Amino acid sequence: MKTSELIEALAATDSAPVRPIAPARRLVPAAFVGALASLVILVLWLGLQPLDEAAQTSWFWMKAGYGVAAALAGLALTLPLSRPGGRPGAAGFLLAAAALATIWMMAMHRVMGGGGRGLWLGHTWMVCPWRIIALAAPIWVAAVLAMRSLAPTRLAMAGAATGLLAGGLSVVVYGLYCQESAAPFVAVWYSLGLAVSVAAGAVLGPRLLRW
Amino acid sequence: MEAQLKALMVATQAGDRSAQTQLLTLLAGRLRAFFCRRLAGDLSQAEDLVQETLLAIHMKRATYDPKLAFTPWAYAIARYKLIDSIRRSGGRRSIALEDAGDLLADDNPEEGAVRQDVANLLNRLPTRQRTLLRDVKLHGLSMEEAAERAGMSVTAAKVSVHRGMKRLMKEVSDEDL
Repeated sequence: MKTSELIEALAATDSAPVRPIAPARRLVPAAFVGALASLVILVLWLGLQPLDEAAQTSWFWMKAGYGVAAALAGLALTLPLSRPGGRPGAAGFLLAAAALATIWMMAMHRVMGGGGRGLWLGHTWMVCPWRIIALAAPIWVAAVLAMRSLAPTRLAMAGAATGLLAGGLSVVVYGLYCQESAAPFVAVWYSLGLAVSVAAGAVLGPRLLRW
Repeated sequence: MEAQLKALMVATQAGDRSAQTQLLTLLAGRLRAFFCRRLAGDLSQAEDLVQETLLAIHMKRATYDPKLAFTPWAYAIARYKLIDSIRRSGGRRSIALEDAGDLLADDNPEEGAVRQDVANLLNRLPTRQRTLLRDVKLHGLSMEEAAERAGMSVTAAKVSVHRGMKRLMKEVSDEDL
């Protein structure tokens, strides 16, 4: 087919008006639905901890805050990457770095106060990162579906950014079950779950985000 | 150019059929040059990519945000299609070494329309000032070298470049390119 014929054919068959898409309108609801699915899985699989007691503790909010910060950073990085030519802004990177730095400072502060290996390993270090990754999966799938309706052109980076978004929300969801209370534990094992989620997104992105 | 293409794109998004045809026709010519240069003259492959890119631009037209520049959006799609096709062919395509930088550059602000806009703007300046600005700002000569070429003192050259930039800024903001 000649290029001029293609252009004519497009004009003849499809020139319907379109409304410019706001990527946030696709990604935020998708992430929300994904997080809801992940919450249902958590309830059926592991159940919840007594939330009214947990809500009185600072460690519960520390973990939720860490997850929310990571998810917001992931969203801030994903939004520009959902469009051709978009480059991730500094805000997303800064927020991610600040979240990581904060949790590690809290961890160091706690370790200085004494306590030993238990602070780092808790009772669930073997399973915690895996569970966070598993709970991130449905959120990541939902985010990828939303991204496919947009037009990312840097697929590995876009995959990694959605991985951070999904991982952060997964941390929030998993915190509703997990009773580990030590900052060093969170700094290591939650962060490991997040890191794997980001890496998996970077690896799978180029395959699943192609259009 | 950017202003014209952008206006056409906005009209296309609003459902203007003739704007759509005009936009895609204008883009086809530019994209052909873009791909030919990067595919070492493989014309049929370049034409395939032109069509793929036009189709992608058409299908994804809702993802263009009218608040942003149009040219970088369109060329990001072209570059994406180019890289995608190279990846599909197993990376066996040969690219001339001197073009590799273009291929890998993820943003090339002097591309096509933008370059044209810059040239148009520069043409409004007096010849000597234009040469001076081009030497310093586009060709990367030092102020000393550029002043020597223009046959003026370094201080005079600095003042001239500064005034030239100010004037260009003013013209751009007046026109709202």
